[in-house]
This record gives sequence, structure tokens and C-alpha cells, in this order.
Amino acid sequence: MNGILYGNKLKTAGLIVGILIALIIMVLSVVLGYTNTSLKQAIEAYTAFNGSNEHLIIQLSRVPRSLVGMAVGISLGIAGVLMQALTRNPIASPDIFGVNAGAGFFIVFGVTFLGVSSIQQFMWIGFLGAAVAAGLAYALGSAGQGGLTPVKLTLAGAVMAALFASLTQGMLVTNEKALDEVLFWLAGSVEGRKLSMLVAVLPALVIAWVISLLLSRQLNAFALGEDVAISLGQKTVVFKLAAALMVIILAGGSVAIAGPISFIGIVVPHFARYLVGNDHRWIVPYSAIIGGIMLVVADIGARYIIMPEEAPVGVVTALIGTPFFIYIVRKGIFQK
Amino acid sequence: MRKYWVLQRKSFSFLIDKKTTVSIIALTLAAIAAMLISIGVGDMYIAPWDVFNALIGTGLDINQLIITEFRLPRVLVAFIAGASLALSGAILQGIIRNPLASPDMIGITGGAGFAAVAFLTMFSDDSNNLLLSINYLPLFAFGGATIVAFLIYALAWKDGVTPIRLILIGIGLMALLQALTTLMMLMGPIYRASQATIWLTGTVYGTSWNEVKALLPWFIGLIPILVLLVRRLNIQGFGDDLTKGAGISVHRERFLLLMVCTALAGSAVAFAGAMGFVGLIGPHIARRISGSSFGGLFPASALIGGIMVVLADLAGRTLFSPLEVPAGVFTAAIGAPYFIYLLFKNQ
Repeated sequence: MNGILYGNKLKTAGLIVGILIALIIMVLSVVLGYTNTSLKQAIEAYTAFNGSNEHLIIQLSRVPRSLVGMAVGISLGIAGVLMQALTRNPIASPDIFGVNAGAGFFIVFGVTFLGVSSIQQFMWIGFLGAAVAAGLAYALGSAGQGGLTPVKLTLAGAVMAALFASLTQGMLVTNEKALDEVLFWLAGSVEGRKLSMLVAVLPALVIAWVISLLLSRQLNAFALGEDVAISLGQKTVVFKLAAALMVIILAGGSVAIAGPISFIGIVVPHFARYLVGNDHRWIVPYSAIIGGIMLVVADIGARYIIMPEEAPVGVVTALIGTPFFIYIVRKGIFQK
Repeated sequence: MRKYWVLQRKSFSFLIDKKTTVSIIALTLAAIAAMLISIGVGDMYIAPWDVFNALIGTGLDINQLIITEFRLPRVLVAFIAGASLALSGAILQGIIRNPLASPDMIGITGGAGFAAVAFLTMFSDDSNNLLLSINYLPLFAFGGATIVAFLIYALAWKDGVTPIRLILIGIGLMALLQALTTLMMLMGPIYRASQATIWLTGTVYGTSWNEVKALLPWFIGLIPILVLLVRRLNIQGFGDDLTKGAGISVHRERFLLLMVCTALAGSAVAFAGAMGFVGLIGPHIARRISGSSFGGLFPASALIGGIMVVLADLAGRTLFSPLEVPAGVFTAAIGAPYFIYLLFKNQ
């Protein structure tokens, strides 16, 4: 399958355009919202800070959330590509497979019972939860006759998601204070995140981005089927473990900062494939950029849906993502 | 000795599996025992014998009051809700031909949950008063479940509905509904949010005879339909082609079954909240006891689902007394690990 961007020059140009769009969107995300600000004020907030309301909002709220949105979007986009390639399942993504729910459950557990509060701890617990959920879903999906099939894996993931969601709910019922604190986070949101939270998680995410880009050549070989990949000299076990580890870092880290945000991971790789075809060396960077753009745009939308209040960005991504998800399913990738 | 009793008349014949019959009788006794214990145990302990006396109207006045006014309706609603959820799960697993399906996963319960939370938040004013009577809540929940079921069916339709499309669309809608439910909870006051969370977890707290009266007709009315559909559901297990070969209109049948499944789940959720995992593991436990033929599976699932919720409610009332924990916490906390154990064991 070829994408609509044909040839390497066009693809490179597309990538540059994508980065430019991402930058423009981030600037818009800084300027737009309930409190009207202008581009001039945004620049002045850093060059000539005067302590005004607008400057404070820009420095403490808008800029951090725009950066967080971009970082989380990039991570979820890449995590989606890796999972879809690993499982050869077009609707694989951290949320459908329960990885987000797992990370969410572990973090809520930490908040309610262990008194965890720092973002650093959130991150490690998030990684742990993501790993546990991914491992369980994978084991469940490959149990029984016929081994691992896309459909079984999807169902197993949905069961894990339901499991962790109901356990989280159970904990929140007994603790009303935690409910108040955690509810907004559970819906997935990049609002009110401090820059220091991003800085805490960013190193891990950046390393995972780079490694994922390096893995993209291997993804191409793996996509031909495991037998072919082995005969091409790929150490498939090592490769699979490395890719799974990246998924866990990307998804767990994202959940730690922003809460479980759904549908970015499913939808983005499809857009990327539509643009550049089946070559993962291009799909991975494109998914990263598109994921970032999508999440920041969704976050801008979230400010306007129920003005003057703010909707969590996870709700907006679900609204955009569900119709697309249904379209993918109806297109009939699963024949049986 | 033969495995079956044969019941044959001019116009019909039945094969009755002996082992299944025995296990269903045993399960019925267990269900009655669970209910009697649950009626007796609580803030005020009443011995089983006194419970029995009170039930037939010869007990002490105080026992009579506690039992008939408070505990009996609660236990009955718990049992019927559990039975309905497990039945609806058994039907769904039959339609989808996959043991991982359940009404909580494909959005039917989610639709009810969303409607209920929307009701709680949209019809409450600034001082936390509900503008409509709380009695309308079940109606909303049931409506939500039905609308979602139709949506799933319509969206999965493309020259007929395949089981796999049905469940994938359901999973997608479930994710959307979860997001919308959270949105609703955020829009309303926090007091409503915590009320909604309890409801979403599933509880039979404070049920009276009104709930029993509203719930029972659904349950009793749907059973004859199930009895008629059982045989043909068995054939569906062999795949669409064979079912068609046996002269059954697959799509009409599937639609009918989905509607029965929705009505059962919707009515249960409407009165007892979104009790998790009963629909998923009720049928699993039943399958181990009575085999996978639906004739035995349905009654066994219903009984086990009922027992599960009755015991979960008992645990919720007594373990952390005086704090009341919603029964749904226990069905999920016990159901989920058990489910994982089952799957690994069947490997």
C-alpha cells in the first residue's frame, strides 16, 4: 500500500510541514482559551514579565499544558504504532488493551492507600501498572486454542480494562476525598499540570521516542510475519521485548502525567499510514507529529465545549475517536 | 444407567440430562440457603429458624417487621438482579460465541450508567435537590441500555451482523460512554458525583417492595421467551452456516436474543446499579457445573448470579459494619481475580 505522499522528498516535506503545523497549534494553544490573551502578551510573559493575570496564566498554565499535550500526544501516537505492528491488530492501542486502565488503577491505589503524591512516584507506579496490564492482556490473549489472535487479544484487553476500571471505581467509592482529587485526572487531562511534572517524566519519554525511531526498520521486517523476520536475521524475541518495553514506558509515562487518554493511540497510526503507506521508518515519525497535533487540538477544543468550565481532553479525544474506530471496524479488517 | 431421562409425547420430546438436573436442584437449595442466611444476618441477628417462622407469618412482631419490610425485598432484588445479569451474560456469550463477552464490556451497562449519571446531574439544581423524583432513575437507565443496544446493532450491521463486529463496536462505544459519563460527573456537583459512583459500582441499598414489584415482571416475563430460544441458541454455537442449514434465520434470531439480553441487563442495572463481573463469571461458573448446553446453562447461570450478588451484598453490609460497602465492590473484587484464574486454568 502506498500513501498519498509518494517518494522520499515529498515525505520529508510533509514531515517538515507537520512540524510547522505542530508549532502553530502549540502557539494557538497558548493564546486561546477562557482568558483572552494575544501573541504579544505571550512573548512578553517571558521577555517583559509584569505579574499581570494574563502573564501568570500564560507562564503557569497555558505553556505547560501545551508542552504536556504535545509530549503525551507524541508518546501515545508512537505507542499506538508499536502495538499495532507488534500484534498485527489494526485497533491495538494502549487504551483498548487495558494498559491505560492498569496504569490508572495502580496510581489511584497509590494515592488512596500508600499516600503517593509526587509525579516521580506516579511515573514509576504508572510504568508498573502498564506493565502488569499489558502482560496480563497478552497472556490472556494467547491462552487457549489457536494461540494469539487479534480478536482474542482485543477481547482480553477489554476484559483487563473493565477489570481495572471497576477496581478503581471500588476504591473511589470508599474514599470521597480521593474521588474529588482523582476524578479529573481519571478522565484524562493536561490541564493544571506543572512544567516540573513534565520535566520529571520527559527524559524517559524522549529516550523511548528515540529508541522507537531506531526500532522502526525492525518493525518493517516484523510486519512481514514472524517467520520472514527470523529468516531475515531478526532476533524476534529481543525485538518484541524491546518494543513492548517502549510501549510500557510511553503509555505508563503518559498516564502518569495526563491520565488515561483514549483513542489517540488507535486513530493516529491509521492517519499516518494513509499519508505515507506501509513503511514504518516514516509511520513512526508521522504518528508522533500527528499524535501531538491531535492531542493539543483536542485540548483547545476541550476549553470550549462546556464553557466556562473545561472538559477533560480525554472526553474530546473519545468524541473524535469513536466514529473513526467504528469506521475501522466496519471496514472489515476482521473477517471472521 | 443412561445419561438422560427421555420425556416423549405426541407433539414434543425432551432429553433431560440427569447430572444437570441434580446440580440445578443443588444450586437451588444453595440459593435458598444463601437468601435465608442473608435475611438473618445484619445489625440484628435473627436465627434461621426464626427467619423461617417470620416468613410464614408466625414469628415475633419485631422479626416480622425487620424481615418483611427491610431485608426480604433487599435480598430479593439482589437475587433477581444477579440472576438477570448472569443470564444476560450467558446469552451474550452464546451470541458472540466467545466466553469473554458480557453486558458490561460491550456498553449495554455503560449506556444505563451514562443515562443514570446524566439523570442525576442534569436534573439537580444548585442546592443538590433533584428536580424529578428519583423513581424515574430506573426508567432512564433502562432507556440508556436499550438505546445503546440498538446503536451497537445498527452500527454493526453491514449485510448482516457478525458476532465479532458486534463486540468490537460495543467495546468502542463503551469507551465513548465512559468518557461521557465522566464528563457528566464533572459537570454536576461533587455530591452527585459520589452518589453516581456508588450507583455505577452497584448497590441494593435501601430497596423496598416497590423495586421488587418493578423488577419481577421483567424477569418472569422474559423467561418463557428464553425457554423458546434455548434450542436454537445451541445450534448457533456451531457457526452461522450450520445454523442457516438448520433452517434458522440467523439475523432475526440474533436480534431477538440481543433484545432479551438487553432487557435483562437493563432492568437489573436500573434497580441495582452497574454490578460488575456478574454477567461475565456467572456463566463461567455455571458452565463448569452444568456443561455448556444452554438448557442447563441458563438456570445454572441465573442461580449462580443470584447467589453471587446476595452474598456480595451480605458481605458489604456486615464486613465493614457500620460502614456499608456497595455490593458491586465485592462482585468485582472477587469476580475479577477468579475470572483470571479460570482463564489461566483452562489454558
